Amino acid sequence: MSELLKIFIKAVLVDNVILVQYLALCPFMGMTSSTEKSFGMGIATSFVIVLATMVTYPIYHFILVPCKLEFLQTLIFILVIASLVQLVEFYLKKSAPALYSSMGVFLALITTNCAVLAVTFKCIANNFNYIQSIVYALGASGGFLLSMVIMSGVRERMRSSDVPAFLKGKAILFITASLLSLSFMGFKGLIK
Amino acid sequence: MKNYFKILTNGLLKENPLLVLSIGLCSSLAVTTNMFSGLGMGLAMTFVLFMSELIISIFRKHIPDAIRLPVFIIIIAAFTTIVQLLLNAYLPALSDSLGVFLPLIVVNCIIMGRVEAFASKNNPLAAGLDAIGMGLGYTWVLVTISFFRELLGTGTIFGNTVFDKSYAIGFFSDSPGGFFVFGLLIALSLGIQKLAGNGKSK
Repeated sequence: MSELLKIFIKAVLVDNVILVQYLALCPFMGMTSSTEKSFGMGIATSFVIVLATMVTYPIYHFILVPCKLEFLQTLIFILVIASLVQLVEFYLKKSAPALYSSMGVFLALITTNCAVLAVTFKCIANNFNYIQSIVYALGASGGFLLSMVIMSGVRERMRSSDVPAFLKGKAILFITASLLSLSFMGFKGLIK
Repeated sequence: MKNYFKILTNGLLKENPLLVLSIGLCSSLAVTTNMFSGLGMGLAMTFVLFMSELIISIFRKHIPDAIRLPVFIIIIAAFTTIVQLLLNAYLPALSDSLGVFLPLIVVNCIIMGRVEAFASKNNPLAAGLDAIGMGLGYTWVLVTISFFRELLGTGTIFGNTVFDKSYAIGFFSDSPGGFFVFGLLIALSLGIQKLAGNGKSK
């Protein structure tokens, strides 16, 4: 149990997907202009990350490994994720139109979100078992959601602040991210 | 002819994928802690971009519109796997230092973006030139970032010691340093463009 908790905390804080591992920077920079939007994107992505891990893990261990096709990992995983996202989109459209209209725009973008693919790769590379993989996926998506919401909060405050002229626009976003990332480095000693 | 030259140079500055369009950021920050992997990643990415744009441009009239995205993804993933296997076999050190970001070339927004916006509408020659321009535009930014991060973070350039490690600022090798250097680089490139624009209007 404590092992699982360790994996979870590590994925959320110590190895934060965005701020420490530099994954999924496109939504981090593009989707955080308002808290509402970033929360929607965060929830949708988290859902896909967990689902993708649940599906790709057995595919890797029960199909690719016995057939000695591990080198097809990249190709198979991206196909699985793309079709998964498509399926989720169809399902939501039919059964939960309200949810779809708030999440739908983000879903199509998630296919090319590197965090999804990276989490599925890391579960394999770290030799996690099935439960550990799911916990890791939950942690990683929690970390994703957390940093998305923090960033959008900071950006909303920043609108009324006086940014130096040469940093206006995109540059200040990266400096902000740098400071956020610096504060996340403080968690490094948390888990040995 | 002039037109083709323009396509080639477009990616270097004016439409630089990283500095201007801000796409394909993830890999560019993660692998730039040293120049070796920065350059390696840039070239690997350029290769995948070039081959994918070329192939897709050749077959652009035969790919049905409705399923074009999955087809593009398969083609890109195939070339990514080729690069992955090649680097694993011949440059294991590079493939180790790139780690998970090597297979992640497949979801690099630059490739998908260029393939969808350019290669699927233009002839193979133009697509190839566009890929070379964009790829080199990506590579030079990566090399620049990694130059500063390696020099300031560890005191070396391409692994050759420039000054003693005890004077190095570890901040630049860690994650915050990447964001910081990239932010300043964007500010710099915007500043230069502004200056150039002012010069022209006078």
